Amino acid sequence: MRWLASLMLTLAALPAAASAQGRDPILVPEVSQHEVLVQQGFTGQTLILYGALLDPDGSRAGDDFDIVVILRGPSEPIEIREKQRFAGIWINAEAMSLRSVPSFFGLASSAPIDEIVDESTAAIYEFGLDYLQLSPTGTIDPEQHARFTSGLVQLRKESGLFQQNEEGVSISEGVLYQARISLPSNVVVGRYVAETFAVRDGRVIAAASSEVTVRKEGFDRDVAEQAQENSFAYGLLAVALSLFMGWAAGRLFALV
Amino acid sequence: MDVYLPIANLAINGLWIVVLGGLTGILSGIFGVGGGFLTTPLLIFSGIPPTVAAASAATQVTGASVSGVIAQSKRNGVDYQMGAVVVAGGLIGALLGAGIFNLLTAFGQIDVVINMLYVILLGTIGTMMGRESIQALNRKPQDKRRAAKRRHHPIIAALPMRWRFYRSGLYISPLGPFIMGIVVGILTMLMGVGGGFIMVPAMLYILGMSANVVVGTSLFNILFVTMMTTMVHALTTQAVDVVLAGLLLLGSVTGAQIGTRIALSAKPEILRLILSAIVLTVAAIMLFGLFVIPDAFYTVTPL
Repeated sequence: MRWLASLMLTLAALPAAASAQGRDPILVPEVSQHEVLVQQGFTGQTLILYGALLDPDGSRAGDDFDIVVILRGPSEPIEIREKQRFAGIWINAEAMSLRSVPSFFGLASSAPIDEIVDESTAAIYEFGLDYLQLSPTGTIDPEQHARFTSGLVQLRKESGLFQQNEEGVSISEGVLYQARISLPSNVVVGRYVAETFAVRDGRVIAAASSEVTVRKEGFDRDVAEQAQENSFAYGLLAVALSLFMGWAAGRLFALV
Repeated sequence: MDVYLPIANLAINGLWIVVLGGLTGILSGIFGVGGGFLTTPLLIFSGIPPTVAAASAATQVTGASVSGVIAQSKRNGVDYQMGAVVVAGGLIGALLGAGIFNLLTAFGQIDVVINMLYVILLGTIGTMMGRESIQALNRKPQDKRRAAKRRHHPIIAALPMRWRFYRSGLYISPLGPFIMGIVVGILTMLMGVGGGFIMVPAMLYILGMSANVVVGTSLFNILFVTMMTTMVHALTTQAVDVVLAGLLLLGSVTGAQIGTRIALSAKPEILRLILSAIVLTVAAIMLFGLFVIPDAFYTVTPL
């Protein structure tokens, strides 16, 4: 348990720094790894987000708090289309543009969100898939917006890119917390931000964030780069590969 | 055995992709069609993004048709002159197809149109082929040779500027095969299919080419048009996944060789009946998605 050892070290160094910071508790978050390499054989990665909540004087913060952990991937603008039946055929009808949709959104909390905060607080901190702020463009019809958003969330949930686990954080001894969030294999590369919130009496009492970088490595990075930067040579290579394999198989089977 | 696909951006069971390639390879070996019409939808069902599926399937069809072209040209089964005319049309068609692809993407109807094309084409051809093979199976041996039909379609005969195509045994205008090439080129670009399943009947029944050069010439066309399609995809959509294409090829080039052997020993009418059943099944699944329950009510495209 390497992460536990590193946590102990952080905890040991803490009281001195903590006493200078006033009344609010301090959150010390850590992630099991700050770099995720996407390469051949990558099938996803489970991240452990862990840490401790302490009072400024270094004692434990008590049993009456909850933890919410959110891991968020780089945002991207998208267009979402809805199918409607037109003369018996399902065709794409209405569309909506959203300027900032997180490519990954994983939430874990120690209790159901609606039990620990009220709706407005949840909306401010984007606690959960129901409260995502996706920055729609153009005129917005609230009913349509709600429909499209739930459609998007459903799609992304199915592909594992949006997750919400309201029993996903375990708290031990009123100090240590631990959450697991799994990145599926279809994550996009980029900078991921892990935010941790401590909530008591419906109020966020401490927040802290750390970063995780997801990047392609080795052969897969080269392929992705070449496909974009040397498109022509890449295309020729693909053609040559298929010609060669077709020809070689013919020769090989001629011997059998 | 999970393999990460760098362009499709996900991990997938590599063995399944090889098997999938193998199945389409067997089809291509038996029937002389590229099998792209099966690869693309099956890849999409497996979770591969549609553009990557179409682009990489085109790359696979190139590989599956190479050995066929070599074998056919050895037994003089390719009319190169006719092939060149069709390929010229096909290359223009591939470029036109790329333009149509972008246009439909801008309108947001690309997936609907592709599904409709599949239903129409596969439905028509599957029905035609199935009916014909059932008739052939029921036919009595004595009336096997029916009266000779007309050589080619009247529209083809009416086109100006006739050329002599010696190997096809034709004296017709090159405009007919040229336009046919354009149509098939567009379909290749849009659907990731080689177009053999349209080209072969069109050459037989519309152009009236002699049967022994039809399969070879069609494969010759598929080879060049899919190479062109791969290049166009690599340059415009950048959706060619070499890892995916490589795995598909591994299966399909092997399958093609097995298919060729099956074709030698089985009754052609029964084989054609099986192919038509497969084609109609794919069409039915797509028809269901188009008219009853779409596979997804919402589609997301990056801006």
